[in-house]
Amino acid sequence: MKILLKGGRVINPENEFDQVADVLIEDGKIAAIGKDLEAEGAEVYDASGKVVAPGLIDMHVHFREPGQEAKEDFISGSKAAAAGGFTRVATMPNTKPVVDSAALIRSLKERAREAGLIHIELIGAVTKGQKGEELAEMGDMLQAGAVAFSDDGHFDSSAKVMLNAFDYLHGFDKIIINHEEETTLCTEGVMNEGHRSAMLGLKGRPTVAEDIAVARDILLAEYADARLHVAHISSARSVELVREAKKRGVKVTAEVTPQHLTMTDECVELFDSSTKINPPLRAKTDCEALLAGLKDGTIDAIVTDHSPHAQEEKDREYANAPSGFPGLETSVGIMLTDLYHEGKIDLPMMISKMSYEPAKVFGLEAGTLTVGKAADVTVIDPEQEWTVEAEKFYTKGSHSPFVGRKLKGKAVLTIVAGRIVMRDGQVIE
Amino acid sequence: MDKNKVSLRGRNILGLEDFSTEEIRLVLDTAKEMKNIIHRDIKKVPALRGKSIVTLFYEPSTRTRTSFELAGKYLGADVVNITAGTSSIVKGESLRDTLYTIEAMGVDAIVMRHKAEGAAEYASRIAAPVILNAGDGAHAHPSQALLNLFTIEQHKGRLEGLKVAILGDVLHSRVARSDIHGMRKMGMEVHIAGPKTLLPRFLYEEPDVVVHERVEDAIEAADVIEVLRIQLERMQGGLFPTTREYARIFGLNNDRLKLAKDDVLILHPGPMNKGWEISPFVAYGDNSAIQEEVQNGVAVRMALFTLVLTGGKQA
Repeated sequence: MKILLKGGRVINPENEFDQVADVLIEDGKIAAIGKDLEAEGAEVYDASGKVVAPGLIDMHVHFREPGQEAKEDFISGSKAAAAGGFTRVATMPNTKPVVDSAALIRSLKERAREAGLIHIELIGAVTKGQKGEELAEMGDMLQAGAVAFSDDGHFDSSAKVMLNAFDYLHGFDKIIINHEEETTLCTEGVMNEGHRSAMLGLKGRPTVAEDIAVARDILLAEYADARLHVAHISSARSVELVREAKKRGVKVTAEVTPQHLTMTDECVELFDSSTKINPPLRAKTDCEALLAGLKDGTIDAIVTDHSPHAQEEKDREYANAPSGFPGLETSVGIMLTDLYHEGKIDLPMMISKMSYEPAKVFGLEAGTLTVGKAADVTVIDPEQEWTVEAEKFYTKGSHSPFVGRKLKGKAVLTIVAGRIVMRDGQVIE
Repeated sequence: MDKNKVSLRGRNILGLEDFSTEEIRLVLDTAKEMKNIIHRDIKKVPALRGKSIVTLFYEPSTRTRTSFELAGKYLGADVVNITAGTSSIVKGESLRDTLYTIEAMGVDAIVMRHKAEGAAEYASRIAAPVILNAGDGAHAHPSQALLNLFTIEQHKGRLEGLKVAILGDVLHSRVARSDIHGMRKMGMEVHIAGPKTLLPRFLYEEPDVVVHERVEDAIEAADVIEVLRIQLERMQGGLFPTTREYARIFGLNNDRLKLAKDDVLILHPGPMNKGWEISPFVAYGDNSAIQEEVQNGVAVRMALFTLVLTGGKQA
């Protein structure tokens, strides 16, 4: 099967390629990139006015398998990813049971193969049951195919346990992804501690909870000469801590979500639990610092933290609703509308942070448009206008603060290993 | 705004942040008329005959629930009480399903108390009956703030320009938050004081609210002092060392009272921890309007029912 993408703006961050060109895909691989390509029998796709990018990668999603399939499963999650332009995701292990053994990694690999739409990478737990007490069998999980480790959703490991984890993993050159919020400062907290929480009476999660967690883990990683990846960074001070650490050579990387880049705690309304996320939406100064960090390289990747919940669970009073919302189908639209079209970021940088750089952080051969390499490709129409409608989501989650937003820009074609899995928003199984 | 055009008919009473000055004025003026009914020998008018009201309380309450219940009954409405301990709530029924059940029975208004901030807002979005928030977590308690305003005005003859000091546990207090909105809208000067551990960290960013760490600074020349209850049931993790020390350093006693104006009015939303946040001498002293607040509470809630269910002064 051959596909010829004609006349798009081809952006490949790996070699800083940014030209109008054709891309020929053959037998699941990139066969050629150049001007005026011809290919007999190829399906020709008119990409003029559109951007042809390496398949987008989201290194932080929750597909809820095993155990919480009412929220999401590998099939619904894969469809949501394909619909949003993502060819590859990495799933977090905070499932029921927690993914903390090679047996679970193997069974999920099998489930990923069955779903078959996109590439699914698996992140294993750092500690057994993500309890922060004993190390999980990370070596075993690595051999079974785990791509990284995280106790995402928790910050329960003592400094001693975390140092052990860094030391133990040192020889394997894999990252530990940490959710950085010091637990004792977030007890009962459901939104950012600020003026808005003071007046709503909702308990706060202060930025200092994130900052001291980031500071601790940077110092531990530095001491152990290990690799730390800061999950969904959200505070200005934390960005500064990562920037300083990178400057002195600490092996630290960081990711940020579109929501933390573009929304503040002023968006929190008591009747709508969709804005309830951890870490919480912060202040405008934090958004500005995150953007600056993205631009100067302090922050390596954009992730969605796709966290769907069942309608039933999220549709309730703010303080008691679970945290998180599904982000795979809105990520590209939000980044383009609120940042690219506002003149705050350019397309090559955005695409790099959503493909090439996350692949580099994970050590994956992906996120590139290179002749001879696998053809994972996303075509984006930066000008297409559309409205976010929960009824049209492929994810099982429905509560998103972006529902109702009019957006400009969308992924219009997703190709995984040479096969079209999404065209014009429709997933093709 | 033309006063005749101000109407609360069909409005959910969720928090005073949604109220205009004119709307608060309408409630206070209506409450004045209602208070006359309470003083009648036969306390029953037909204003709300044929209307049904449910009180739905997920948290314990004596005065607020009884006050709403009597207010409804004095106006001729049918009032049914549901409390968490004796309903399907103990069988695990969600708030949503409980609301749908009540709605299906054709109820006109639901008076609701819930420990979760936002519960009333949520209810108002999914249920058809008018929702009156009788307290949602630490967020809002609008009828209590309205009865505070009513009590102050009855004593002082005005609200504008008065200096009020709110003392104590603002962090957990829905009353304080509703007070801040209501008092400021009526032109009062709001001062807040208490141990920093009991004050929301970023409260000082709220316009026209002055936050003090020493209670003496807030009390200085105050026209009104509202003492908040120490909510021991909501406290976690040692927000202050002991109630004994709290009483000594932050409690309202006769010595501190002298810093205020001579005719200072003392309020407390109840129930009081006497000897902790307020000394018995102050609580039962000449300046105290604490008992009177309870009666005024019935009048204010009668006003709210009348205004939201009929829109007018038919009493």
